[in-house]
Amino acid sequence: MSVDKTTVAKIARLARIHVPDERQQAIATELNGILSWVDELNEVDTENVEPLASVTGHALPMRKDVVTDGDRIDEVLANVPESTGGFFVVPKVVD
Amino acid sequence: MADMLELGAVEARAALDAREISAVELTSAYIAAAEDTAGLNNYVALTAEHALEMAAASDARIATGEAGLLEGVPIGVKDLFCTAGYTSTACSNILAGFTPTYESTVTANLWREGGVMLGKLNCDEFAMGSANETSAYGPAINPWQTADGADLVPGGSSGGSASAVAARSALLATGTDTGGSIRQPAAFCGVVGLKPTYGRCSRWGIVAFASSLDQAGPFSRNVADNALMMQAMAGFDPKDSTSADVPLQDLSAALTRGVGGMKIGIPAEYVLDGMDPEVVTIWQQGQDWLRAAGAELVDISLPHTKYALPAYYIIAPAEASSNLARYDGVRYGKRVEAESLDEMYALTRAEGFGEEVQRRIMIGTYVLSAGYYDAYYLKAQRVRRLIRNDFDTAFENVDAILTPATPSAAFPVGRKVDDPVTNFLNDVFTVPANLAGLPGMAVPAGMNGDGLPLGLQLLARPFDEATLYAAGQVLEDAAGFIANPPRRAGGVS
Repeated sequence: MSVDKTTVAKIARLARIHVPDERQQAIATELNGILSWVDELNEVDTENVEPLASVTGHALPMRKDVVTDGDRIDEVLANVPESTGGFFVVPKVVD
Repeated sequence: MADMLELGAVEARAALDAREISAVELTSAYIAAAEDTAGLNNYVALTAEHALEMAAASDARIATGEAGLLEGVPIGVKDLFCTAGYTSTACSNILAGFTPTYESTVTANLWREGGVMLGKLNCDEFAMGSANETSAYGPAINPWQTADGADLVPGGSSGGSASAVAARSALLATGTDTGGSIRQPAAFCGVVGLKPTYGRCSRWGIVAFASSLDQAGPFSRNVADNALMMQAMAGFDPKDSTSADVPLQDLSAALTRGVGGMKIGIPAEYVLDGMDPEVVTIWQQGQDWLRAAGAELVDISLPHTKYALPAYYIIAPAEASSNLARYDGVRYGKRVEAESLDEMYALTRAEGFGEEVQRRIMIGTYVLSAGYYDAYYLKAQRVRRLIRNDFDTAFENVDAILTPATPSAAFPVGRKVDDPVTNFLNDVFTVPANLAGLPGMAVPAGMNGDGLPLGLQLLARPFDEATLYAAGQVLEDAAGFIANPPRRAGGVS
C-alpha cells in the first residue's frame, strides 16, 4: 500500500489542511517511509485477537440524561476569533 | 537559609512549617532562578505576580495551621494543562493567546493542596515530539552540557518541565506522558519522572493528544518529592470518563519499604542491537543495586516488544487526528480569513499547526480512512492487546520490571534527522507502558563518559505505583545521584 501525490491531496482534504501542490510529493515520500515501517505489524499473527481500544478495565460510567451545566455564553465565546450577538461567526456557507 | 534552591519539596515543606523560610521567600528565589536561567527557554510564561499572591496566601494558611500537602511549594506547569486566566497553548501557534476560563483537574488539585504556580513550561507542540524541538516557542534547552558546550535537547515532549526542575527554576513540575514524554526527558535531565497508571490522574482540562494513552504525572529532583506531588495530583474525577475510582496507595510509606523479597523482571527483548554500551552498563548496575538490596532478579520475556513502536505510531496519530479536529479557526485562537468555510479551515490548520503535527494528523487520517481502517488501525489495536498480554503474563511472576529509560543520553539541539522514524526510536523503552496502561518511573542512575545523566525505568502492575516508589528509592539511594547540571540557577560554589 503506497501513498502517491493524489492520495496525499485526498488525505489533506479529509484532514482540512491546505498542502501546496509542490509539497505533496515530499509528504508522500515521508508517509511511505512511516507506513513501510509500520508494515512490520503484518509479521504478527493476530487471528482471533480482539482489538484493545481501552485499558481502563471499567465500563464507561453512565448518568442521567439531564442538563448539568450551561448558561456560560461569555465563557464559551471568550476565545473565539469572531462572534456577534452570542454567536460564532464563520464565512458564509449558503448563498 | 543558605540556598533555598537546594531544598527538596519535602524538605521545603518542613522548613516552611518550622518558619525557617516563608513561601514568599521561596517563591521569590524560584522566580529569580527562572529569570537567571531564561536562556534555557524552559518557561513560555512566567506568572510571577500570580505566584507571589499564591505564596502570600500559603504563608497565611501556614500561620493558621491550615497547610496543604504542597503548601508554599513552587511548581511549573506544562503548557498542555489549562490554567484559568493564563495562556495555555500546547506550544502551538493554532492556540496562540488561548486563555482558558477553567482549570484542569490536576492543576486544581495541586493548588487545593497549596502549590504555587510559577508559570507555564515549554513542550513539544501538542506533546508530539521527543526533543522539545517542535514547540512554537523554539526548543527548550537541557541544563546539562558536554565539554564542547553545545546546546543539548532536554528530551520531550515535557522538555521544559524536566529542564526547569533540573536547573532549579521549578521545585516540581507537571508533565504528560503519551509515549514516554515524562520518563524520557526525566532521564535526559537527570530528574525523577512518573507516568502513573492510565486513569490515575484526570485528563480533564489537559489538551488531548491521544486520549487512550495520555497520562499526567509529576517531575521532581528526588523520589520522595515525587511521591508527595503524586499524592496531591492524583484522584478520581467524574469529569474524566476514563478516570479510575481506585484508592491511591500510601506512597510515602512505600519509600521506606525496600525491595527485600521483591521479584524484578529483566526483559530479554529490551537488549537492542547496537545499544549504547554505557546504557547497558547502567542497566547492569541497576540490577546489581536491586539484588544487593534483597531483590530477586528474574529473566522474563515480553515477546511483542518490537511491535510496540509501530503500533503506537498508528494508534497515537489516529487518536490525534480526531482530537485535533476541534482546531478549526472558529472556537479558539488562530483564524486565517478566507472566502469559504472549507478554505478557512484548511488555511488556518496549515498555518496554525507545525510540520510534525501536520505529519501525524495526515498519518492518522490515512490509517482511519475507508479501506485502511482494518489493515492499520484495527491491526494495531490487536497488537496492542498482545503487548498488554505479555505484561500480564510477566506480572504473574514478578512485581516490577527494570529497563533502561532511553537508548542514549541527551543529544544536540538541531541534530539533522532525515527520517522521522529515527526520532520515534527515542521512545522504544517507554511506549509499551502507555499501550498497556502501566505505571512507569524514570530514576536517574548515573552519568556517561561525557558527563550526561542516564536513567533507569521501573514498570509495575496497574495501580501499583507504590512498588515503583519502593524500588525507585532503593535505586536513588544506591546511585547517590542528585542533578547538579552546569547551567543551573544558584549553584554550589
